[in-house]
Parts: sequence; C-alpha cells; structure tokens
Amino acid sequence: MVSPDWLALAPHGILGLTAMVLLLYDMIDPDSRNRLALASIATVGSLAALAASAWLLAVGVGPSESVSLFDGQLVVDGVALFFSVVFTTVAALVTVASYDYLADHSYQAEYYSLVVLATTGMVVLASANSLATAFVSLELVSLPSYALVAFLKTNRGSVEAGTKYFLIGALSSAVFVYGISLVYAVAGSLHFETLAAFFAEQGIEQAGVFGLGIVMIVGGVAFKTASVPFHFWAPEAYEGAPAPISGFLSSASKAAGFVLAFRAFNVAFSLDIAAVSGAIDWALLFQILAVVTMIVGNFAAAVQERVKRMLAYSSVGHAGYVLIGLAAITSGGAGGNSIVMGAAMMHLLVYGVMNTGAFLFVGMAEYWGVGRRFEDYNGLSKQAPMACVAMAIFMFSLAGLPPFGGFFSKYVLFLGAIQAGFWWLAAIGAVTSALSLYYYSRVVKAIWIEDPSADFRLRGRPVGLYAAVMLAGVLTVALLPAFGVGIEAAYDAASVLFA
Amino acid sequence: MIEALLAVTFVSSLVVFAAPDRVAGKLAALLSLAPLAGSLWLYTAFDGSGNALLPDGDLAFETMATWLSIGDLAVNWHVGLDGVSLPLVVLTTLLTTLAIVSAWTPIDERQSQFYGLVLFMEAALLGVFSALDFFLWFVFWEAVLVPMYFLIGVWGGPRRKYAAIKFFVYTNVASLLMFIGVIALVFALPVESFGLPEIAQSLRAGELGSLAGIQPGTLEVLAFFAIFVGFAVKVPVVPFHTWLPDAHVEAPTPASVLLAGVLLKMGTYALLRFNFTMMPGVAQDYVYLIAAVGVVSVIYGAMLALAQQDLKRIVAYSSVSSMGYVILGLVALTPFGLGGATFQMVSHGLISGLLFMTVGVIYNTTHTRMVGDMSGLADRMPFTVGVFVAGAFAYMGLPLMSGFAAEVFIFLGAFDAFAGAPWFTAAAMFGIVIVAGYLLFAMQRSLFGPFRLETDYEVGRAPLHDVVPLVVLVATIVLLGVFPELIFDMITDAVTALSGGVA
Repeated sequence: MVSPDWLALAPHGILGLTAMVLLLYDMIDPDSRNRLALASIATVGSLAALAASAWLLAVGVGPSESVSLFDGQLVVDGVALFFSVVFTTVAALVTVASYDYLADHSYQAEYYSLVVLATTGMVVLASANSLATAFVSLELVSLPSYALVAFLKTNRGSVEAGTKYFLIGALSSAVFVYGISLVYAVAGSLHFETLAAFFAEQGIEQAGVFGLGIVMIVGGVAFKTASVPFHFWAPEAYEGAPAPISGFLSSASKAAGFVLAFRAFNVAFSLDIAAVSGAIDWALLFQILAVVTMIVGNFAAAVQERVKRMLAYSSVGHAGYVLIGLAAITSGGAGGNSIVMGAAMMHLLVYGVMNTGAFLFVGMAEYWGVGRRFEDYNGLSKQAPMACVAMAIFMFSLAGLPPFGGFFSKYVLFLGAIQAGFWWLAAIGAVTSALSLYYYSRVVKAIWIEDPSADFRLRGRPVGLYAAVMLAGVLTVALLPAFGVGIEAAYDAASVLFA
Repeated sequence: MIEALLAVTFVSSLVVFAAPDRVAGKLAALLSLAPLAGSLWLYTAFDGSGNALLPDGDLAFETMATWLSIGDLAVNWHVGLDGVSLPLVVLTTLLTTLAIVSAWTPIDERQSQFYGLVLFMEAALLGVFSALDFFLWFVFWEAVLVPMYFLIGVWGGPRRKYAAIKFFVYTNVASLLMFIGVIALVFALPVESFGLPEIAQSLRAGELGSLAGIQPGTLEVLAFFAIFVGFAVKVPVVPFHTWLPDAHVEAPTPASVLLAGVLLKMGTYALLRFNFTMMPGVAQDYVYLIAAVGVVSVIYGAMLALAQQDLKRIVAYSSVSSMGYVILGLVALTPFGLGGATFQMVSHGLISGLLFMTVGVIYNTTHTRMVGDMSGLADRMPFTVGVFVAGAFAYMGLPLMSGFAAEVFIFLGAFDAFAGAPWFTAAAMFGIVIVAGYLLFAMQRSLFGPFRLETDYEVGRAPLHDVVPLVVLVATIVLLGVFPELIFDMITDAVTALSGGVA
C-alpha cells in the first residue's frame, strides 16, 4: 500500500500538471508552432501517468485493494487504476499521432492541453465515488471533447460535428444531472457507499422517483458510451472530428462512460437492492440496450461507404458488447458478476488499443490525402506495407479473429455471459461479430487485394502517425499472450465492486 | 523445444517481411532451414509413446503453463507431440522449405511480403499440430487462415478475389460451427480446462452432462456433427468441397503446394483428434453415413477430376478423392485404418505437393495449364515430365512409393472393420481405377505425342532451383514407400489405443 495515501492520486496529479505545463508553455510562447515540444510534453505526461497507474495497479495499491480519499469522494482501487491504464494508453497514442496530423494547424498548445485535460477528467471519473464528483469529472471530459471535435475550424464537417455533439451532449448532461437530483431526493446523499447503506437499511420507498432517476442516469451513460438509442451523435462526431480525436473519443471517452456505469450501478444501486425491492431491474434495461446496440451498430456499419463512418458505427457495436458486462449481472452472483465485469473491462482495454490504431490509420490516410471511401483505400499496401499490416491486424482483431487480442476479449466476455446464464446475449454477440467480419474485411480487401484505382504518390512518412499505428499494432498482438495478466487484474479489480 | 521452433519460425517471418525484395526469397529459404532442421532433430530425439489425448499417452517435448482462466475454466499453454503429430510437423517444415524454393521463379512482385506470410503460416501450422489446449489450438488454427487468404488474394490468378473470399468465408463459417460444438461440449463436461486430453478423457469416460435442456446423448451427436462439418469443409469432403478448386486454381503454385500439402491435413488431423478420439461411440453409431461420405468423396472427386481440362484443377480435385480415403481409414477405427489414414495424410501431402509443383514448373515455361493447349512436352522438358509421371504413379499407388503403402494400410484396416465394410472398401478401391484413368488420360494428351503448344513461349529446360524440390520430394516419396516403418511405427503406436472405438 502506498504511503502517504494521496500518492495514489499520482496519475490524476501528473495529468493535471501536464495540462498546466502545456498552458504555461502557451503563455510563454503564444501561438507556438513548436509541435515537437508540445507533443512531447503531452506524450511524456501521458506515459508518466500510464507508468504510475500501472505501478499502482500492480504494486502500489494492488488490484483488489482500495484507497479512499477526500472523505470518500474519490476512491483509487483496481477498477480506477485499470481504466487509468486504458485512458493514458489511448492518450499517449493519440498525442504521438497528433504530432503529424496537426502539422499545419494553429492552436496546437490548446489542442494538446485539451486532450490532456479530458484525460484528466477520465481518470478522475474512474475514481469518482459520488454522483457529485462523477458529474463534475464527466463535464471535464465532455467540454474539452466538444472543442476538440470542432478543432478543424475551417472544415465545415468538423464544425457541424462539434455543434451537434455539443447540443446533444448538453442535453444529456442535463438529463443526467436531473436523474442525480431525483436519486438525491429519495436517498438524501450522493456518496455511493452512503447510498448503498441507505438502501440496504431503509429499502426504497419512493420507487417511482428512484426508478425514473436511474433511467435518466442510464441515459447519461448511454450518451457517453454511444449506445443505442443515444448514439446519433457518434457517427457525425467521429467522422467530422480530426481522426486522432475520433480514436480518442471512441476508445477512451467510451471507456470513461462505462467506468462510471460500472461503479455507480454496482456499488450505489446494487442490483441486490434495486431489483429485489421492485424499484427497477436495471440489468434488464442494460440487456435491452446491449441487444439493440449490438444489432444496430453492426448492421449500420455494414452498409457504410466511408471507412471512418464504418468505424464509428462499429464503435457503437462494440459498446453493445461491453454492455453485456452490465447486462449479465445477476443478483447474488458475486463470482460470476466479477467475471463478466472483468471481461468487459478487458474488452475495453483491448478495444481501446485496436480501435485507436484503426482511427489513427484513417488519420494517416487523411494526412496523405487519400479519399474517405473504401475504394479510395485500394492498393495502399503497395505504398505503405507496414502500416497496412497493422491496419489488417486492427480489422481482424476488431472482428474477433483468433490470432489477435480482440479474439480473447470477445470470447471471454461471451463465455462469461454464458456462465452467468445469458447464453442468448452471447449468441447475439457471436452472430453480430461474425457479421462484422464482413465490413472489417472490406478494408483489408481494399488495402491489400484490390489494385490501386488511381495513381497516387504518398507524401512522405509521417513519423508520429507511423510510430503510433505500429505501436498500437504491436500492442494488439501482444495483448494475446499477455491476456492472462490483464484478465487476472481485471477479475481482481472487478471483484472489489461486488465485495 | 517446440516453443523454440515456433519462435524461430515466427521471428524469421518478421525478418523476411522487413527484408528487401531482392534477397527475400533466398533469405526465406535459408531461414526456413532452421525449423526443418529442428523438426528433423525432434524426429530423431522423439521419445513419446501412446496417444497424446489418452491416459496412456507419454508426450515428447511437452510443456504446460497456465495462461489465463475464464471463470473456473483454465486456458493453458500446452504443447507436445505424439506419433500422429510429429510426422505432420516434419511434413510441414519440409514442404514449406520446398515451396519457398519453388516460389523463386513465379513470384515476382511484393516478394518479401509473400515469403513473410509463408513463414508466418508455417509457424501457425506447427502450432496447430503441436497445441494440446483447445483455445491455443484454435488461435493457431485461425492464424493459418489469415495468411492463406492473402496468399490467394494478392498473388493469385485472374479470379483471385473471388477465390480468396470464398476460401475465407467457407473456412470461417466452418470454424465457427466447430467452435460452438466444442464449447458446448466443454460446458457440459466436468472439466477444469480447455485441455484436449482432459476433454477427450472426460468424454470417453461418459461424463457428459446435459446443457440447456439437451440430453447428453443428443448433445454428443449434435456436437459431433457440428465439429465434423466444421472440419469436413477444411478437408474437404463432398459436398463441402466447392471452395477447393477455386482456391487451388487461383492460388500461386507455392501456396497451392502448402494448401494441398499441409492445410488440408489440418482438417483430417483435427477429425482424428476431435471426432474419432473424443467421440468414437458416435462415430461407430453413424459409421455408414461417415464411410459413405468418404467413399462418395473418393469416387465423385475422381470423376470430377476426370472431367477437367486444367492440369491444376485435375490435381485439385484429386485431393478431394484422396482425402476420402483418409475418412474411410479413420472411421474404420482399427490400428491399420487409423494408421493408414495418418500415413496417407503425410503421403498425400508429399505427392500432391509434388504434382502441384510440377504443374507450376510446366506453367512457368508454357504459360498455360490447359490440357488441350499442349502436347508432347516430354520432348522439350524430359526431366520435369519424368517427375510428373513419377508423381502420377505415386498417386495411383505404385508399389514402393508412399501412396501404395498408405492405401494398402487403409484398405487392410477398413476391410473388416464393421459389418458391410468390404463393400465400402471395394467401392473405394475402384476409385483408384478412376484415378489411374484421369492421370493417364491427362498425361497422354499433354505430355506425350508430337510436340505442339498453343502459346508463344520458348520451351526449355527448367532452372535448377525449380527442379531440386521435385527431386527431394520424389526421393522422400520413394523412401517412405520402401520404408514405411520410418513413420508408420510411431503412428500405430499412437493410434492403437483408439482402435475398437469405445474404451
């Protein structure tokens, strides 16, 4: 155990400090175009936070222990640290890739500081242990994200996407905070453990108000995780945003929504009380959401003509798989619960890496000025074989083909669901992911098998993008042999929530 | 040891992938000598006995480590070799090296990627034949499909895109079916891991429970056929064979060699390991159905071959026919039947590899494979044609060549295996007549007679590096034909425990 306790907040602190340093840099050297310095500061900060999270997870705090801070408003436990690893990994990949992607843009310091601030928000959200801190940190994630989506100021698509994202986001924040107020009205507290204790003691008296509050909170979570029916912003935002930001939002921001849901629903509104007392069976709610999200996301992805939009819808589909982690929770099934929950966490980690990699590849294509449709990618492998190997790995891994990390995370998730008795969730997951192979393999077919439709020369090798894509590729493969380590940590971490 | 073999092969594939095109072919051939030497060393140092999946099995080079756990089920890194898998490992390394050398002439673009994929596939194949944990095995199994998809899709013939997608879809759907079958079994069994030996022993001990309201007996039959169909696509047997001719015809020659030589053996190997080792009872209950599938494959495959005009298609369909013998041998569940089937896997790997390579050499020179477009090649390419004739005779089962030994073992084993078996065996034997028919017919039209060629290419002798692999293969075929006990002893040692079905 770390001592003093506040050292457990090292990842939060490092990220916050990095954001300040970036702003300070901008103050000293306004409108700096020194992208090497800015990208390096952001990357080093993310990596340091990653190292701190990993160390705390493995040694400092340990996956099945927890440190409670600020009178229980923040808790640093296995779940928080596991997700910190996910967030900081994605952030590091994104900042490395942005080095090239932003080469010709102004406001670079703002960009990097917004990315790091959003990451800070995610890390705080992961350890938020009350609805108040959860809401504040959720806003810290959201506000920079709106600005980042609209970052390409002269690009109408980007601005439109940002506006849309902001409007829907503001609305769903309002819904979310209203849900919080209803829960407060029932229980008189916002702190997760106090809520749990209150419900355990008194039962739920105003079940209707409480149920409505829960539904609204689910709505807020569904927005953040881009789950159906709150997914409409996602394809626009992901397509319009700069590609590294699309990767950042669809991987890290999605995971942030999930960590909030995992903690709030299992600690504060544990199913044992919520469902048994007849107030609301939120597991049923998530079962419906999971099924609809898996189906809509994958079918919508299958009919897309543009790669980035396909990835956006596939990201909706993956939210559906992760929702199984909440949908397959059963009352009193502590062991089985931590298995599906751990599997869902692990899927978010693997997904974070491979999905970010895929968006970064799209970013590289945008950097080269290749078009957006599948056909525009034809024959890319002749010019950039290594990056195309990585892209093939991402696609096959996202589809859940065995030689890569995505295979295990999906199957562990489905097997966990079967063991919990939800074989039909697993069946729908398996069928939709078999379908997903169709649209993922279209990309592979285009870059590897089709002949180039136009004669193009790629301008240069973007070092940062290249490095980030290759790194994500290596990680995607390495997560197969290393899967055992990760899933053990995830199980241990998840079991704390059900203790 | 097996880990070292896998690691060396995998690293070689990365090195070759990154190497410049100019040296990739030579480098790949050089690097592939390492796994070849390694597997030969494994052969000489082999000290296992019994069957890998059964209690009497004493594995060679076994290692086991826990990888991860899913609930109360453990996934282990568990590899090891027995008398069935070792010959296939040696076959894989030998054919890969030869295929790489034979690719020097035909593959002229994106060479480093081609050779890198071939070596990657070799690593995955070695994993398939040595893995003893279902999850691990499945990872390798699927890892074989991905490079083959690219090999066909990128370097293939005119209809390569269609053929590659067809191959990919067929085999992936089959894998999914098989995967569901095995997982259903695992969930209904009181096992604590996905280890193949555990699953097999538990199934053979009759510990299968019910799952989702399905009774154990029904579940076993359903799982048996889900798994059987999954592998039958891979083998392939009639009626799941339609992807094979497309894949073979469009694939570049070296990929065809590996596809016919090793990839098809994955299917029969898996049938032996899963269906006939784990659930011999069901196999015996449905023996007529399975034997009929085998015999129909033999006869129908041969008839299809008879009707083809394309030399490569002829060889491709003949594989369907040969794999039918393997099914017949397996379902007999006698030492000679099972041993002969395994021997046939190795033997067919060598012979069909040889024929594909020879067709490739002919195509490199004449730029046509149509029987009607050429005649009298024996005049201009005496050596290549000689090898083709030798390979064809090996296919027909000429004594003192490995094809003869394999077929004799299968027929001996199958003849008395079950009531009515003589009829099935007799029908399968008749298949050899058709095989002889189509091969002699094709050779007579294309290789002998007065020289004539429809394409405008100068026909000369093939370069040395095209010929050397052919010689090595012919020598191996004869060696195994003369001394089948070189591998047959270890094979029978491993399969004897399976004979007679239910223990």
